[in-house]
Amino acid sequence: MNPHRRSPWVIAAATFVYFFLYAPIVVLILYSFNASRANVKFEGFISSFSDRVEMDGSYVVASPCGPFHWYCDLSKNDDVMEAAGNTLTIAVTATLAATTIGTMAALALQRYDFKIKPFSQLSLYIPIVIPEIVMGIGILTLFSQAFGWLNEALNLVGDARLALGIGTVTVSHIAFMVPFVTLVVQARLQGFDKSYEEAAMDLGANEWTTFWRVTFPMILPGVLSGALLAFTLSLDDFVITFFTNGPGSTTLPIYVYGLLRRIITPQVNALSTVWILTVFIAVMLLQWLQSREQKPAHS
Amino acid sequence: MLQRLRENKSMQGTLLALPTTLWLFVLLIIPLFLTLVVSFGQRSPDGDVIYSFGLHNYIRLFGYSTDCANGQASCFDPLYVNILSRSLSLAFNTTVIVIMMAYPLAYFIARSNPNRRNMFLFMVLIPLWTNFVIRVYAWMMLLRKEGAINIILGWLASGFNVIFAPLAGWFPEMAGVFHINFVPLELLYTPGAVLVGMVYEFLPFMILPIYTSLEKIDNSLYEAAADLGANAFRTFLRVTLPLSMPGVVAGTILVFIPVMGTFIVSDILGGRQVILVGNLIQRQFLDARDPTFGSAASLILMVMTLIVTYFYTRKFGFGEEIIAA
Repeated sequence: MNPHRRSPWVIAAATFVYFFLYAPIVVLILYSFNASRANVKFEGFISSFSDRVEMDGSYVVASPCGPFHWYCDLSKNDDVMEAAGNTLTIAVTATLAATTIGTMAALALQRYDFKIKPFSQLSLYIPIVIPEIVMGIGILTLFSQAFGWLNEALNLVGDARLALGIGTVTVSHIAFMVPFVTLVVQARLQGFDKSYEEAAMDLGANEWTTFWRVTFPMILPGVLSGALLAFTLSLDDFVITFFTNGPGSTTLPIYVYGLLRRIITPQVNALSTVWILTVFIAVMLLQWLQSREQKPAHS
Repeated sequence: MLQRLRENKSMQGTLLALPTTLWLFVLLIIPLFLTLVVSFGQRSPDGDVIYSFGLHNYIRLFGYSTDCANGQASCFDPLYVNILSRSLSLAFNTTVIVIMMAYPLAYFIARSNPNRRNMFLFMVLIPLWTNFVIRVYAWMMLLRKEGAINIILGWLASGFNVIFAPLAGWFPEMAGVFHINFVPLELLYTPGAVLVGMVYEFLPFMILPIYTSLEKIDNSLYEAAADLGANAFRTFLRVTLPLSMPGVVAGTILVFIPVMGTFIVSDILGGRQVILVGNLIQRQFLDARDPTFGSAASLILMVMTLIVTYFYTRKFGFGEEIIAA
């Protein structure tokens, strides 16, 4: 029986599902070129270039950037730039921290037996089986109660007051990213051949040298996969960030959400399209890393 | 001391796992306990917590109300129970629809040419890695009165009218049948919109696990079935379906749990009409500023999710092998 034979029903169903998945995104990207500022109906592409933006009511007749008018508009939007900066800062910091402690934890869980092991494992499973919002408001409660108490006890005022901001968001991101990093690195450690390490030790290397010269290079692709996964999770996160952010620490998803509840111009679509493209490139990077991982590891 | 550390393997393990365990203890375990403690408390006038012990929040969640219509001292207000049951049924419906849509696609990819498989998977991944909020917005654009769906329906209606115009002319008494007066449908801000939004958000999470388990099925099993005389349908029923169950189970867990807690889909696509547990919790913390009631709702949500997950995994297994893959 030909394993590649497929019934027309399956092909039809698959096509429908792909269509379902992509139609909204295509429409979204299309509307980022909408000449109508109200962005309710698609009124056509902006066809003329001009030195200044010319409008006819809510219809953009001509623009310095032509059809890419809304993308230029986006680049002048300071709030978006700030949100993008925050998003990246938080993601990079949180990824570095989560990858470090997550890899350490994976090594511990995979290779050692220690007293708090069951507790560690349980803590790592919990974020996966509870809805994100439960964790989000728990952390919010913790911060608001702790900060309230500390601010009073230490008599902090003004700028010195503890409050929600980039710090709280970063710290929370690390918390929900760590289980994923640990899971990925643990999976990588499972097929690990210890004989390389033993050989190194036989040749006189101590544990520290063995780890950095033998073990770490071999698990590096797995660690990088975990890091990239964590990074994308942080960039994308909405719920946890929603409950732990404060003024000045808005991230892109929060910003877009705020826009959706107020005014919607094609600028939102332009932002979305740029976002989609950026993530597309990141996924390509992930694919490239994975293809490198398949090459045999040479010590 | 370093020498002692070298020899004590257990100590090494503890030290390595300590940062992560501490982090999660402070930011996961303690918050959960704090939520529990706060849920028993009372709301202070400025929206803060008065720590005390009382079950009033839970009683209120399950329907006890003192704000009664006909002057009764107490009555049953099903408001919150309705919210809970609506969330449960939405999560259930979403999961069923997602399985029905994900399975054919996963099957298609798993049985496709191995050279093409990565590309098909990639095409599933791209919407997944697009931001959650953006995907919801995309549906908002489609479902609006002037959105793409209504536009297309309008075209279809016009087309119908054009085609059947002659008939309407010949049979004026039956003109109503041959002419559609198309009024744009109010698709947005309905429970249906929320369902579609949820399905769209979580569809890729079901496709990938089902694909993984289907792909693992050894070809020789199909050959054996064919040798024993089974046709395509029987093979599917007796070989493919049972062996793909771990994928379905893993996917269900990845869909059901988040749907229970999501508030953004119902917020944007459902407007004020559709309130789920997630919205309730969000509003208690942000608008109503009653963290005690919100905490109680949050804990009930968590308990409900854990109960459903427990019974489900007891019957169908945990699908760990798929999650790890």
